[in-house]
Amino acid sequence: MRRLRAFGAFWYDFVVGDDWRLAVTVVAGLAGTALLVHIGHVNAWWLLPVFVLAALTVSLLAVTGWPRRR
Amino acid sequence: MRDALLALSVFLACAVEAVEALTIVLAVGTTRGWRSTWLGVGAAGVALAAFVAALGPALTAIPLDSLRLVVGALLLVFGLQWLRKAILRASGFKALHDEDAIYAREIAEASAAARAERGFVDDWYSFTIAFKGVLLEGLEVAFIVVTFGANQHNVPLAIVGAVVAVGAVAAAGVAVHRPLARVPENTLKFVVGVMLTSFGTFWGAEGAGVSWPGDDAALVVVIALTAAAAVALVTTMRRLRPAPATREPEPVAEAA
Repeated sequence: MRRLRAFGAFWYDFVVGDDWRLAVTVVAGLAGTALLVHIGHVNAWWLLPVFVLAALTVSLLAVTGWPRRR
Repeated sequence: MRDALLALSVFLACAVEAVEALTIVLAVGTTRGWRSTWLGVGAAGVALAAFVAALGPALTAIPLDSLRLVVGALLLVFGLQWLRKAILRASGFKALHDEDAIYAREIAEASAAARAERGFVDDWYSFTIAFKGVLLEGLEVAFIVVTFGANQHNVPLAIVGAVVAVGAVAAAGVAVHRPLARVPENTLKFVVGVMLTSFGTFWGAEGAGVSWPGDDAALVVVIALTAAAAVALVTTMRRLRPAPATREPEPVAEAA
């Protein structure tokens, strides 16, 4: 059981890494894009880059402590 | 054009990881002897080859749109990790990767460890450290080789990019017989982070059903915009960095 947990922890760390919010945002961005394309019939090529940039910015700012420090 | 970018991305990612693996292998080999160290390197090489051989054909059998969605998502999550760490390093929130310091630490640990024989391995410490070092550094490269290669339906080209990078780093390591501390590792990691994030965005969106304006040319624009955003984030983060005397940055876990 302990080995199984360690195996799972290794792959979680390998794929998801230090900030799980990045992975969640990527999944949300892809799901939103797919919904807009297939249900809304909008060629939403712009949505995923916006999600990606926003997720990266928020993740990095969290490390600085911003905006609490201001 | 996609093939050239694929080969370049795999080459750079592989070169960076190979430099890190070389540091560990050199430290253990020069301190404790080469036989068990080489056995560890060989065993890790076989494990990595098996990983690529098993996963490569399995991924190429998946329908292209599904593959691009899954692989795009994985590459994007993976690439964002690289890019986040690279930006934290470039802005001073995380220590720069220093091969000389890592080499000195590995030498100290290798000198202190006890020698134990297991099976045909006469020094278990050398074997396990070399095996783990090469396997863990190589796993990221194997993942990139498989995902990039499968998505482009060109796994052999990705393998060639990886093999050329490992060969170049190994040859340089043999020539200088010390860690390749002068390789601009932190800059390369930044570039690889940008490439992985860009490819992940491009393929992930394609897999979700998007048609990029300008088709393949959009990839170059995505790479340029990702790079510009990353540089802007480094600049912003540097401004937000507190003076060392007033506040220490929050600790960030070391990896990759």
